[in-house]
Amino acid sequence: METFLHQILSGLATGGIYASVAMALVMIYQATHHINFAQGEMAMFSTYLALTMINAGVPYWAAFGLTVIISFLGGMAIERVIIRPVEKSPVLTVIIVFIGLLLILNGLAGWIYTYTNKPFPSPFPERSFGYISGHELGSIVVTLVVLSLLYLFFRFTPLGLAMRGAAQNPESSRLVGIRVGRMLALGWGLAAAIGAVAGMMVAHIIFLDPNMMSGVLLYAFAAALVGGIDNPWGAMVGGFIVGVLENLAGHYIVGPELKLTVALVIIIGVLLFKPAGLFGKVLVTRV
Amino acid sequence: MMNPIKAATEKSAARGDTGPKPHAGALIALLAIACVVPFFLKGYHHLVLTQMLVYAIAILGLNILTGYNGQISLGHGAFYAIGAYTAAIMMDKFNLPYWSTIPAAGAICLSVGFLFGLPALRLAGHYLALATFALAVAVPQLLKYKGIEQWTGGVQGINILKPDPPFGLKITADLWLYFFTLAITIIMFVLAYNLLRGRIGRALVAIRDQPIAAEAMGINLAMYKSLTFGVSALYTGVAGALGAIVIQYVAPDSFTPFLSISILVGVVVGGLATLSGALYGAAFVQFAPNIAEKVVGIPPQIVYGLFLIGFMYIMPLGVAWFIHVARRKLLSRQPAKS
Repeated sequence: METFLHQILSGLATGGIYASVAMALVMIYQATHHINFAQGEMAMFSTYLALTMINAGVPYWAAFGLTVIISFLGGMAIERVIIRPVEKSPVLTVIIVFIGLLLILNGLAGWIYTYTNKPFPSPFPERSFGYISGHELGSIVVTLVVLSLLYLFFRFTPLGLAMRGAAQNPESSRLVGIRVGRMLALGWGLAAAIGAVAGMMVAHIIFLDPNMMSGVLLYAFAAALVGGIDNPWGAMVGGFIVGVLENLAGHYIVGPELKLTVALVIIIGVLLFKPAGLFGKVLVTRV
Repeated sequence: MMNPIKAATEKSAARGDTGPKPHAGALIALLAIACVVPFFLKGYHHLVLTQMLVYAIAILGLNILTGYNGQISLGHGAFYAIGAYTAAIMMDKFNLPYWSTIPAAGAICLSVGFLFGLPALRLAGHYLALATFALAVAVPQLLKYKGIEQWTGGVQGINILKPDPPFGLKITADLWLYFFTLAITIIMFVLAYNLLRGRIGRALVAIRDQPIAAEAMGINLAMYKSLTFGVSALYTGVAGALGAIVIQYVAPDSFTPFLSISILVGVVVGGLATLSGALYGAAFVQFAPNIAEKVVGIPPQIVYGLFLIGFMYIMPLGVAWFIHVARRKLLSRQPAKS
């Protein structure tokens, strides 16, 4: 029973990280109907920036804040410079551009920081609280804070409303004076910033290396699909579900060495049997 | 709109131009070069050329799926891995001759690809890319799985022996392997040419460009799409088997997502929906990373990434179409001048 509880709680901790990355994916998907395959590498790169600052002597939380701001600006820049020219292009073109971006970020990180694993510090106390370690509890809290800030932003601020409007109905939004292009860039900035937080939280658990996020991204895909890829709150719930499922399946069923296959099975299972996910809209195409 | 190829091909088709076509003269010249030049090269270069041909087959396979049929796969490395492991297991555990592994790898990948294609049918565009991407990421872990270790050799992988030239031929094993691979490459290209130029090829392109109209005209969408997935996997599996024999070694960590992406890079750079593109793409994938790393000092990922994005901006149809269009322009200008 004790292991079971422990597995569930640490599943919730990683689940929170998956939920954040899934949220970032959904944010871009809602606005542009594109799945950002480079989301994981963007987060990885941000985490390296944070590590560079921490190693240079910047206190953890200052480095944390700076990384979030730099990632936000970087995300906006990527949207403006790389994605904007192919925004209206066919799916294949956009996916290839995303893969190109993924490769460039991965290669750059490997080039600058080498491919060796690096430990990443945690700001939370070492000791454990009952069934859960300090870092796990801390990262659940951070995830919940980030997600509630997002909720408040989208629910209660005029800018959040404008962003939702631009995502749901670009034409009408443009007619009421919303700068849709700028909203898209903001969405990318936010997605990059959320990804950066997730990267910094997960790097302490799995060590930092340029390929760190490929597994996390896979679980985030699974989370977004479980929750319904067009529903941010679904993505959040999906993240926690997938995190717990991963841990339980990894511990009781398939063993830790097949954990990624769990994500593959979840992804294909959801796509086959419930493509809209738990909370997503069922898409009907008119012929 | 589903596919970048459509817009360009329609523009060409309006001018009575159906795209890059094999040219008898160029083909004979190419074949002559491929047969004669290796005799003037040293052992290591034979391996490099052979590996390039292996890439060409894999890229051709993905191009049948992505270029002609419009289905996106980011996970073809998985089929390459299945082909490679089929060859290695047959040679190492069952002592079967190396040539018998090629059709076996093809058959196994055809069925696995067909089965994977069945559910993939329901996934258009992004979702198919996502599912295949997940496959690519999961493959190394699956290959390391303890339950199949007695066959796959786990993390260590399998070593295999280089085949000797048959009939007492007085050439090195590397050169023999080159000619063996060349023969299979030619067979695979001829098969693809025949498959794609007729009814089936037209059906694939129709599905890519106008799926609803294609279905209304009696094309069995489900069947064709899954079969295309199977055939595409077959090509990549054959390439994988050859690749294993060439490198004499298979291990889980050779089949990372980077392999799948390399095959995609080959398709994009070479030219979507062209046969000759597979050759240009293979040359790029084989030589560009090395040149970049040794001469310029840039990691291959960055080169691939820059080329992928650059090609999407500047020439989304790749080198083969670029050469084709340039040639047409040059040829059509000459009579006007004289």
